[in-house]
Amino acid sequence: MDVSSLVWSTVAVALTLAVGALSLTLGDYRIPLPLVLDTLSGQGTLILNDIVLNGRLPRVLVGIGVGTAFGVSGAIFQRLARNPLVSPDLIGVNAGAALAAVLMITVLGSGWIPGGALLGSLLAATAVYLLAYRDGVSGYRLVLVGIGVTAIIGSVTAYLLTLADIYTAKSASQWLAGSLAGRSWSHAVLIGVALVILLPAAVAGARQLRLLELGDDLARTLAGRVELSRGLLILVGVALAALATAAAGPIAFVALVAPQLARRLVAERVAGLLMAGALGALLVVASDLVARQILAPTQLPVGIVTAFLGAPYLLILMARANRIGSGG
Amino acid sequence: MRWRAAGLLLCVAVLAVSVLLSLSVGNQYFGAHDVYLALADFSGSDNDRVIRYLRMPRTGAGLLAGAALGLAGALMQGVTRNPLADPGILGVNAGAALAVVGAIGVLGVSSLTGYVWFAMGGALVATVVVYLVGAIGRGGATPVKLALAGAAISALLGSVTSAITLLDLSTLNEFRFWVVGSLTLATGSVIGQAVPFIAVGIVLALVLGRSLNQLALGDELARSLGTRVMVVRVAAGLAVVVLAGTATAIAGPIGFLGLAVPHVARTLVGADYRWILPWSMVLAPAVLLLADVVGRLVARPDELQVGIITAVIGAPVFIALVRRRRLAAL
Repeated sequence: MDVSSLVWSTVAVALTLAVGALSLTLGDYRIPLPLVLDTLSGQGTLILNDIVLNGRLPRVLVGIGVGTAFGVSGAIFQRLARNPLVSPDLIGVNAGAALAAVLMITVLGSGWIPGGALLGSLLAATAVYLLAYRDGVSGYRLVLVGIGVTAIIGSVTAYLLTLADIYTAKSASQWLAGSLAGRSWSHAVLIGVALVILLPAAVAGARQLRLLELGDDLARTLAGRVELSRGLLILVGVALAALATAAAGPIAFVALVAPQLARRLVAERVAGLLMAGALGALLVVASDLVARQILAPTQLPVGIVTAFLGAPYLLILMARANRIGSGG
Repeated sequence: MRWRAAGLLLCVAVLAVSVLLSLSVGNQYFGAHDVYLALADFSGSDNDRVIRYLRMPRTGAGLLAGAALGLAGALMQGVTRNPLADPGILGVNAGAALAVVGAIGVLGVSSLTGYVWFAMGGALVATVVVYLVGAIGRGGATPVKLALAGAAISALLGSVTSAITLLDLSTLNEFRFWVVGSLTLATGSVIGQAVPFIAVGIVLALVLGRSLNQLALGDELARSLGTRVMVVRVAAGLAVVVLAGTATAIAGPIGFLGLAVPHVARTLVGADYRWILPWSMVLAPAVLLLADVVGRLVARPDELQVGIITAVIGAPVFIALVRRRRLAAL
């Protein structure tokens, strides 16, 4: 990792921590930073413990975790497809996870949402891949087929919302918008465990793929291994997006924007993967702060803020790709 | 010429059958005689009421929204020479949906004549933005660029819409039934209010057939044949906005109907828009009404909203078009 990568990633992590600390102080009750720090070190009152340790801290941690997961997942897909638009948002992965989760919330009324989300996103990703396959898979066909499959999944999800009673429908819609409200330690543990397992796998996979792709002659004899490590990386990317969706809902555009920003700051690819994770975390935590404060005391779901930031960015990205002629 | 006109008559017959089915099939079945009595000799019995106050508005909504979406899709495909064009895919319905939800949820507008203007305004803004973004750069507005711009704009508009609905429980309660795309939401008087808007859109669309044929030859050739290309584009854009906006206002954002039906019509009658437009106008409501009847039957005693049926039927058409080796321009 060169010096500028190191500097940028330090800046990203420091900013994330700063915004996270700010989030701990703000809310219905403002708590000065020294008191927050006291509470974190175990010297808080009962009320402070409850607000900070059980309310705000898990929310911030879940935000950091899912932001990292979406960022790394997006970076994996964009790297494999060599197309900035191939992100779990647009190729149906998040939609599949969301459908499975809404099915469990509204109809089954129970079930282990992470498991269902994982299964749903794997099914959706497989369907999109197979439908887009035609003598190989082109990035744009993948995205367009993803739009079609997402439309079907979305209409079924909307149908499920009409079946539930209004309070269940409300919590499901809030979840569908991508929300960190009311996230507890169980969510934080879920996404934390997922990252501990999947992040090293992503880094190892990316490093191996880079080595395999370095030499043409070598790669030809190792073609099978290239395909294998590609397949494993796709699995890791799908799992990251699915578990992040299970923890916080399909927070829009983080997986699309974070890797693009990371690429501009860090050239090297394996480091870029981690940088995308760091920027994803920053994006989600900062957006959640905005979502909590902008209409306070009413809280918006974080996904609405990220959509506001991400969709214009996507349009700019497309406009730029179109201008240089690499668009479809 | 003659067989196309005969085919159009056949389509009208299919439409008539689907209207009859829509009036008679559901949780309660009515024979043709019951339907006739309810229409001709309304006695106020339970049967007459169900037909008159539930089935008729529902069928009327299907006729209007179907004709509007079929025409809007055909117009969009013709003007942009784009096989993937559809008011749902290109974000027009999402723009109308956001404007309607904003008008109902934030401004408290409640009558259709009030919010239909918002729907058309939202459709207009979304159309213009998607077209401008898609048209940047080399090759102008290619199918892929337009579809991607539409997906991005739809995602953005959709999240604003859900933000508004999440702020208020009663807005969410109405919206969750409307957003699926359903023919059961509009009452008879609402449908009456929508008729003039749809009529204007239909006239405008049908007049444009000849000009669309010339546009299909390319802008240069069309110009040399005396077509005012810009005028045609703007007129077609206005017709799309009026048609898709009003359809969304009465039935919610129904996707893929405007995509699939013009393709079917084109396969049957060839590339002549003077025929594609009227065929789409007659076939689309027939398909929509039949889809609605299917929706009443598959999940009894509940119903599947028609928007789900059209998505499940129409999205595979979209995917099949995408899979074609070359996304040939129309």
